[in-house]
Formats: sequence, structure tokens, C-alpha cells
Amino acid sequence: MNAKITPNTIAEHGLTAEEYRTILGILAREPNLTELGIFSVMWSEHCSYKSSKVWLKTLPTSGPRVICGPGENAGVVDIGDGDAAIFKIESHNHPSFIEPYQGAATGVGGILRDVFTMGARPIANLNALRFGAPDHPKTRQLVSGVVAGIGGYGNCVGVPTVGGETNFDPSYNGNCLVNCMTVGLARADRIFYAKAAGPGNPVVYLGAKTGRDGIHGATMASAEFNADSEEKRPTVQVGDPFTEKLLIEACLELMATDAIVAIQDMGAAGLTSSSVEMAGKGGLGIELDLDRVPMREPGMTAYEIMLSESQERMLMVLQPGREAIARRIFDKYELDFAIIGHLTTTGNLTLRRNGQVVADMPIAPMVSEAPQYQRPWTKSPLRPTLAADDVPPIAVAEALVRLMGSPDLCSRRWIWEQYDHLVRGQTVQRPGGDAAVVRLPGGTKGLAMTVDCTPRYCHADPETGGAQAVVETWRNLTAVGATPIAITDNMNFGNPERPEIMGQFAGCIEGMRRACVALDYPVVSGNVSLYNETQGRAILPAPVIGGVGLLADVGQSMDLAFKRPGETIVLLGETRGWLGCSLYLRELCRDGDLAATTWAPPPVDLAAERRAGDLVRRLIAAGHVTACHDVSDGGLLVAIAEMALAGNAGCALSSHAGVPAHAFWFGEDQGRYVITTAAPGQALAAAREAGVSMAVIGTVEAGPLTLDGTPLISLQELRAVHEAWLPRYMDGA
Amino acid sequence: MKSAVVVFPGTNREHDIADAIERAAGARPQLIWHRETDLPKVDLIVLPGGFAYGDYLRTGAIAARSPIMHEVVRRAEAGTPVIGVCNGFQILCEAGLLPGVMLCNASLHFACHDVHLKVETSQSLFTQHYASGAVIKVPIAHHDGNYYADEATLDRLEGEGQVAFRYCAPDGALDPAANPNGSARSIAGIFNRTKTVLGMMPHPENATDPALVGAGGGSTDGIGLFRSMVDALA
Repeated sequence: MNAKITPNTIAEHGLTAEEYRTILGILAREPNLTELGIFSVMWSEHCSYKSSKVWLKTLPTSGPRVICGPGENAGVVDIGDGDAAIFKIESHNHPSFIEPYQGAATGVGGILRDVFTMGARPIANLNALRFGAPDHPKTRQLVSGVVAGIGGYGNCVGVPTVGGETNFDPSYNGNCLVNCMTVGLARADRIFYAKAAGPGNPVVYLGAKTGRDGIHGATMASAEFNADSEEKRPTVQVGDPFTEKLLIEACLELMATDAIVAIQDMGAAGLTSSSVEMAGKGGLGIELDLDRVPMREPGMTAYEIMLSESQERMLMVLQPGREAIARRIFDKYELDFAIIGHLTTTGNLTLRRNGQVVADMPIAPMVSEAPQYQRPWTKSPLRPTLAADDVPPIAVAEALVRLMGSPDLCSRRWIWEQYDHLVRGQTVQRPGGDAAVVRLPGGTKGLAMTVDCTPRYCHADPETGGAQAVVETWRNLTAVGATPIAITDNMNFGNPERPEIMGQFAGCIEGMRRACVALDYPVVSGNVSLYNETQGRAILPAPVIGGVGLLADVGQSMDLAFKRPGETIVLLGETRGWLGCSLYLRELCRDGDLAATTWAPPPVDLAAERRAGDLVRRLIAAGHVTACHDVSDGGLLVAIAEMALAGNAGCALSSHAGVPAHAFWFGEDQGRYVITTAAPGQALAAAREAGVSMAVIGTVEAGPLTLDGTPLISLQELRAVHEAWLPRYMDGA
Repeated sequence: MKSAVVVFPGTNREHDIADAIERAAGARPQLIWHRETDLPKVDLIVLPGGFAYGDYLRTGAIAARSPIMHEVVRRAEAGTPVIGVCNGFQILCEAGLLPGVMLCNASLHFACHDVHLKVETSQSLFTQHYASGAVIKVPIAHHDGNYYADEATLDRLEGEGQVAFRYCAPDGALDPAANPNGSARSIAGIFNRTKTVLGMMPHPENATDPALVGAGGGSTDGIGLFRSMVDALA
């Protein structure tokens, strides 16, 4: 414990000289190694949000439905009838790249704990995954391990994995992104918070034993990768979904009693952050006897115990005299239960090991004097606009086939069939649509949920990309007939110490802010993952948005499948044929200057988005819509093809003058939906009244997809090309 | 029909099957924690799906040695009907109430999707609402559902009419491409000799709710199994 703190030790802990000087000021003495370790994890980027906080504060976080915004374990929104939805998204990027199975599995475990810690029964999981180029030697192994890890954990705990997205891009070759989201259900008057109260109250440790795994995970996640990142494998935690399942049941059983004062899961920075956060929020001190912590092996030091990120552990403050109730429940589930300390009035974190005080440090300044940086940033350069006429036209049928079989647009069936998306028996809309729909037990009410982001737009124009990510979730919820309520965000970026990366961050936040305000769609929780870069090469920025919407009656929810031949196919929203940043351009025009240039992405008109979305929801509620799909990656014809496959029905489409065919069918203009209707007259009238452009573009047919009477492709061929790529790729063919 | 659903640590489909039973029988089953040593007087015992004991060691192996299983085996031997679904099927095999074992899926992946099953016989308390040879659509959700038994056992199961369900194509054909996990002779579910114990990998309980049938799949074909049990046991 008396090891001398050298400049080298400080640097190894990821602290700057300036930050160390602040520590000296707080303690009025030199820290010992345990104390230094505690400061280092509390002040890591991962735990302190030191680079991002000033920007995150600009996001709208309140609204009539918001019960609890950012700052707790997860966000809480009122969904009526005394029910609350609790949700959050969180990254596990760095560990998943180092050890894909365990990294992804513990990502699921961590986000589940954030949600059930607040008193919610987890009812659905989603995930957003981004991998490197398919031909990069590491990609296949990462896809395989991450998908197996997410499934291995989620399937075992019995929470259905109902939705997600997966992209490939060379910028993720050295840093994959694994973002996991959990949605839970609680009673609005039975929400549990982290704020400790009542000096003398017992502090209880629950769940799995503490081992030497994951030490410095939070610090690892706050640095770039270099050539020897593989050697960081010991910083990755190992998940035990069986213990998590027991922990969920035990916690929810205990939460039904009046025993709990405060509760916090041991996530990043383990026992350190959970004890500091609980005591800090209550303005109290906390004293822990580390000898009482259940340990996997003897001889662990205070430093190791406090910094371990062993999984499936919780910390609680109990009402005095309720220890026996809690012990009985945890015994039933054969989980470790130990009273390891109590709350104090000292305001200090006081740790004992082998009878000695091994750390004694004030909690309040650890939080209030945590570094916060206004990092320098430069605005991303404006990109040129690409005219459709400058993009080589490819025959519509050929372009459709190539896009539908491309890595970013092909079927994700290979992935989601490895996830149990049916357990709990409430999955109304399975993976593969715009948004998943999950019914709430005992009634007809349901939640719709989706995760979305288009990193190539965010890279080309951060502000537009940030707004687009928000509106795409809003559109996807709208397309299933749900009223969008709120979002959770997962900000994945490169090194914030580089001004151009900070500029991407600032731009994305500003776009998100504008979209959230325009759509009355607040942010209630989130997570930031920075330093996603390797040897100086940063990822395409990915502000992944998880959106949640409400359906009064899941029986009225809408899906994307074509229903009956003869129904009219209608496009809502304006088509200008925007090919800049499109998948048409990226996938089909690889050679030459066009692909080498970063073009401006399609602009987002928030007022038009709102008009179109509100109209779509009205049309669905009025019963005028038989299928609905938003238009996003790949453009209009890709959306139509997806509707055809889902409904196992073709269509007869007709050309439109004014926009070149390749731009009309594959441009990625925003704010658009395709609907089918048996009442085109009423839909047309409603669109005109709402000021939304509308065009009849064809009819649903039993046979193939045709354009102006000429066959484009049969359903069978379309399905074959759409389903083929991912399984073939994963087989190594 | 009075029924009991046994809950092991790690069980996760106890409510799914309790809901399905309630829909068919009108009465909700009792949930019985695995540490109990006695069961109430019931007409049906259910071992539900999930990952009892995390499927650590071998699927169903630890659960089969839970305190409650002595009583489950005793009742089953005395003639009380028992149904085990997915993990419950694995536990019944490990407990010796049904022959064979479950290997890892041939794909080596967890698989969750609808499958078609051929009802091999309507002559059982579990299947009397179906016609023999009928094709039903229900989902699977498992990692270790690859049924294995030696050839003599498989011959005996077939010879004595103990095969309950086989994986098949939508038209009922026994197509190897329709076998989702590599199970021997496409077996998806089997009876014991007296046809009072049924084990099956697919989840009929997740195919009983019309509100969950949509463009992405689903069916209500599982209802027949629950109605069969209610009619036989109520």
C-alpha cells in the first residue's frame, strides 16, 4: 500500500499531471495506490463523461411523459395506467473487439442490470452492431463471436432480443461497435433509485463473487487501441447469464417488499462507482469492510477488490432491520449476500482491509471536482452536393439485385434467428420489420422499439447525420403505428482529443438536439463511447439512437408486408433523387472519383418529417393503411422490395417523370414512407390537407415485381439474393 | 384440469406455458419451486423451457437431480401425465423418464424460428385434437435440440408408436432441409411407453395466442395440444 506514486504510475492509470494535481488538492496529501486506482476509474472518460458532458447538457431531457431523465441507471417514462417504461442503451465496443463472445455477452448483462436495478422487469433487448469490411480478416470472427455472445446471454436470461441493426464499413476494421439496449416495465410508483439515505443503514453486497477479472475495464475503454490491444484480454469480464437470471428474480422479489433504500448495479468500475455514486447522491459517507466482500480467490488486495469488474453483482442500502428478509430471498436463489458496511455522516469513502484503513477519501469532491473538458473542436467541412445526372445510371433491375444482396442491405435472418425473440410470449412483431412490437402482459397495450444510425451521413455532415438518426427511429416507430415517446442515445466516436472528432461529436449532438426538439422526443438516458480508433484511424461517427413508442392496442399495429393484390402503393414525402452518400453510390459506383469523394448526405427537413409522420399515424389509426414501411438505406425500390418479400407478393410499378430513374428508385431522400391502401382517395385527400406530397407508384400484384409492365425480378429470385449473402459469408464461402 | 409447472433456477418459459394452459383450461397452473419435495394433487405436471442451472454441465443434467424431481418421477411412474417442453424435454431425458439425449444443434447455433411438425398420432392425451398426419406450425428456440438415441432405441420408439412429432416441410414431407437441428429421424417429440409422458423441443405454448400472429410468422396451431390435455384430464 505504501508504493510510491511515480509519474509513470499516474500515466498508467490514464490520469494527466493536471488531474493528479487536483487529486493532491482534494486529499491534501499523496494518495496511496488504492486511492489512485479509485480516482482513475471514477475520472475515466467512461465513468466521468469528462469530454462529452458539456455537449450532452444541451440535449432536451424533459417532457410530459419523462419520470426520470439521464443521470440514473436508465431513463423512465410514463406510459399511462400507472405503468412506466425504463430503458437505456450502452456500448461494449472495446471489450467486444478484444474478446467478442464475452465482450458482447457482458454488454447484454450490463444493460439488463441498469434496467432491473430501477425496479423494472426487462421485457426486450435490442442491439446495434457495426463491423469492419467483410473482406477484413477479423470481421467474420467478430460477427460470429458477438452474435453468439449476445444470444448466449439474452437467451439464457429469458429476455427476448427483438430488434437491432448491423452494418459493415472499413472504418470499423480496428474497432467494432456493440451497443445493447434493454427495455423494462415497472409500476410508475415503484421506481428504485441510487440515492442512499439514513446514516448507519447497512450496505449489502449481492450476486456473484468478486474475482480478478475486468480490472481497469473502464480505463481500457477510455483509450485508443494500438498494436498490442490483444494483450488487453484480461481486462474483459466473463459473463454468467445463469447468475444474472437469478439476480433479476431475486431483486424483483426483494423490490416487492419495503426493504430497499437504494440500489446500484456494479457495472463499469465495479464496487468503486456503485458505492461512490450511492453515497454521493445521498450526500453521505460510506464505510466498507472489504474482508466481508465475497471473493472468488484469496489474497485479493483492496485495489483489486475495488477495481474488479466481475459481473452479476449489486450493491444495496437496506432499511434497518430488513436484512433477514433480504437474506431469505437471496438464499432461495443461492446467491451471495453479505453486509459489507454501512452509511456514515463523514462524507468519506472509507475502506478497511485486514483491519486496516486502506483508503479514506472525500466523496463529494471526487464527483464535483471531476475533470470536465471543453475540448477544442473544428466544424466538419461542408461537402459538395452530388447531382443525380452526374451519377452513372445502372439498369433498375440490376441495381436492385446488387443492392438487395449487398452486405448492408441483405437479410439479417442469420443473426436474429440466433436470438430467442419469442420468450415471454409477448412478441407481436418479430425482427425484420421497421420496429419490434412487444405487448405488455395482461392487456392490449404495447411498446414499439428500434435502434438506428447512418454513420456515413454522420461522417459527411455530423449535424444532418445526428438529426437523421433521431428521425429514422421516429419514422420506424411511426411506421408500426406507435406514438414515439423518447430516446436513449449511444454516442460512439473516435479520440475526443482530436478537434475534428470533437467537431463530429458537437455536430451530431446539435443535429440530435434540433430533431428531438422538433419532434417532442426527449433523451432520457444514454452512454458515450470515445476513443474508438486504432493507430490514429477513427471510426465513422455513430450516434446510435434507441427509440421507444407506445401503442394503445397492439392489435392495431401496422407491419410492412404487402397484403392483397390490387391494393394501391403510395409514396408519401418528397422525392428529389438524392444520391450523395447513398448505398447506390457506395455499392455500385466504386470506381473513380465519385466513390473517392465524400458527398453531402440527404438533408433532413424536420417540419416535413413531422407532417409526414403525423399523417402516417393518422392514416393507420383511421384504418386506411394495409402496410407501411419507411424509406431509408437503399431508397424507394429497396423499401418496396422488402415489403414484397415480407408479404410474399409482387407489385406493378410505374415510372415517374422529372427525376432520373436511378435517382428516383435509389435516392435516399428523407421523410418518406411507402404505404399500401385500399382507399387511395381518402389517403390522397388526407395528404393534401396535411401538406404532404403523395404519389401513387403502383399496385400490389400476386406475381413478380414489374416496372412499366416489364419484369424486374421474381419474388423467388429476390428472396434468394436477399437471403444468400450473410449465411454464405459466415460459412466462409 | 389442475396442473403444476415446476420452476427450476434458470427456467424462463414458465409464464408462457402457464398462459397457454390458462387460455385452454380456464385455470392457471400452480408454480412449484424446484426445492419443494412434494407436489399438490394435480392432473398434469409441466416441466417448462429455459436454461435450468444455466445448462451448465449438460442440458437438464443438474435440474434432473433437483429435490422436486423425485416426486415428479414417482408421480409419472404412477401414471400422472407429464409434459416437458424444450429444456423440460432435456430434463425428462436426464431423469430417465424418456430415452435418448439432446446434442448441440447440427448448425452449432441457437435457432429461433417457426418450424412445421407432423403429428405422428392422434392416439394420445396430448394430441387427440389433431388428426394423425396433420402438419402444425410452432416455433423452436434452442441450442441443444438435436435428438439422439441408438438405432435400437429409435427402432423401438417407432415400432411402439412413441414418436409424437417429427420436423417436416410445410406439406408434411420428411425433408432433411426441414430438420432444424439434425435430430435423428427428424424426431421433435416422443412419448414414454404408456404415452402419459411427452417430451418435445418445439414450443407449442408460443403458438396459442392469435394476437401474436403476424407478417413475421406465428400461428395458433399449438392450441390443439392444450385442448387435448384439457379434454383428457379435466
